[in-house]
Amino acid sequence: MISHESIEKNLGLLIVLTILIVSVGGLVQIVPLFFQTSTTTAVAGLKPYAALQLSGRDIYIREGCVGCHSQMIRPFRAETERYGHYSVAGEFVYDRPFLWGSKRTGPDLHRVGGRYSDAWHVAHLLNPRDVVPESNMPAYPWLDRPLNDAAIQKKMRMLNIVGHGYTEQEISDAPAALEGKTELDALIAYLQVLGTHAPKN
Amino acid sequence: MSDFTSGFWPIYISVLTLLSIIGTWVFLKKQTTRKLVPGEKPELMKHTWDGDLQDLNNPLPRWWLGLFYGTMVFALVYLVLWPGLGNYAGVLGWTSLGEYEAEVKAAEAKFQPVYAGFMQQDIATVAADPNARAIGKNLFLTYCSQCHGSNAEGSKGFPNLTDGDWLYGGEPETIVATITNGRNGMMPPMGAALGEDGTKAVANYVLSLSGRKHDAALAGAGQAKFAENCAACHMPDGTGMHALGAANLTDKVWLYGGSEAAIIETISKGRSGTMPPMTQTLGTTSNQEAKLHLLAAYVYGLSQKK
Repeated sequence: MISHESIEKNLGLLIVLTILIVSVGGLVQIVPLFFQTSTTTAVAGLKPYAALQLSGRDIYIREGCVGCHSQMIRPFRAETERYGHYSVAGEFVYDRPFLWGSKRTGPDLHRVGGRYSDAWHVAHLLNPRDVVPESNMPAYPWLDRPLNDAAIQKKMRMLNIVGHGYTEQEISDAPAALEGKTELDALIAYLQVLGTHAPKN
Repeated sequence: MSDFTSGFWPIYISVLTLLSIIGTWVFLKKQTTRKLVPGEKPELMKHTWDGDLQDLNNPLPRWWLGLFYGTMVFALVYLVLWPGLGNYAGVLGWTSLGEYEAEVKAAEAKFQPVYAGFMQQDIATVAADPNARAIGKNLFLTYCSQCHGSNAEGSKGFPNLTDGDWLYGGEPETIVATITNGRNGMMPPMGAALGEDGTKAVANYVLSLSGRKHDAALAGAGQAKFAENCAACHMPDGTGMHALGAANLTDKVWLYGGSEAAIIETISKGRSGTMPPMTQTLGTTSNQEAKLHLLAAYVYGLSQKK
């Protein structure tokens, strides 16, 4: 057995042993998740985000929506009554990076898709108080400007490396799909597809 | 949930977990300094700082040492009772899904008797019950207030539910149908067909229908165009049609504004008012039907008070 003294006096050994100890948690709790069917297989019907939705997702990230809105409905009745079916791992296989969030200043958005009309989202994003007078969400009036996402094809190619499976056709059609759209359109396209592949009740 | 792609992973988890606990135990045991016998001096470490500062290798207080072992005992007991070791489900058989289902079941057992009474009554009766209204209000605030407002008075483009004016009809069955299936109101843009002058004329005729300030000459000119282009949905007298959700233009209720400019905008660009179906939204438990019933009754009651 190595003595306490020799570990403390041998910095290299101390580093190696420390790394070994702190990695046990990750090796046991994180690594096996990459080898589970439920965490790696998409739920029925789930497709990688279409070009416009993908652009909208980047706007969601850019505007920091994740700071106030989670996308993770926990299996508690209080949450499923308000938001809908609890989230399952297979719904997030095309979320890179994931946007689960950890704070709810606003409501969870994982099941927001289809819950409100596009017109509601437009009014609400431009000034939340127009539709919800009690809201403390900031307004995002600048989103009503042309969408400029020159890197969309590159993004799709990069996501293909990790298995999103965009076809060449989809990639070459992407710029046309974004043509003439505003940032609002893109963000709403993303919001409207969120959580729409929930397991049916 | 244990649906690993290969049988290796449960073993990997179990071995690594147990090995780290046992390893820690052995390591701690080996490194523990023996308890001193009374009168024995602790070992002097072989270094001195600042000329005279010495370091004694005192044994760890036993209660503290006990805490270390306590954490390891806790871990082992935990792993016996709860799932943690690969595919092993634990003595208690706990799962997060099981806990959720038990919670839902308990809530249903609690609320079902309350709901059952209301389910036997028709919506108009439920709407008059103050207890039902209290429940209905909570449901409304959760599911409907985002568009229709907490006071149900709506906002521009989102109908006021308290005014007794209905696009699709305010009978209980219609309200249930609206909540269940949603609505897709669609007024096509008429700007191209009417032209700028025609639009202004029709707008003035529409203003005249509800007795608002208007230009009589323009309204006169707009009347024929209205009959030709608008009456199919809004009816020749402008009172609208519930089947299509075509608004009544003769009352004082304006969903998108009743100024001349707002009406011109509506005519030239059209409007589409979408209410999404709420079936998936109304929660996921088996109380869904009761919730729909109470919600419809609450909405029905909102316009009955006046």
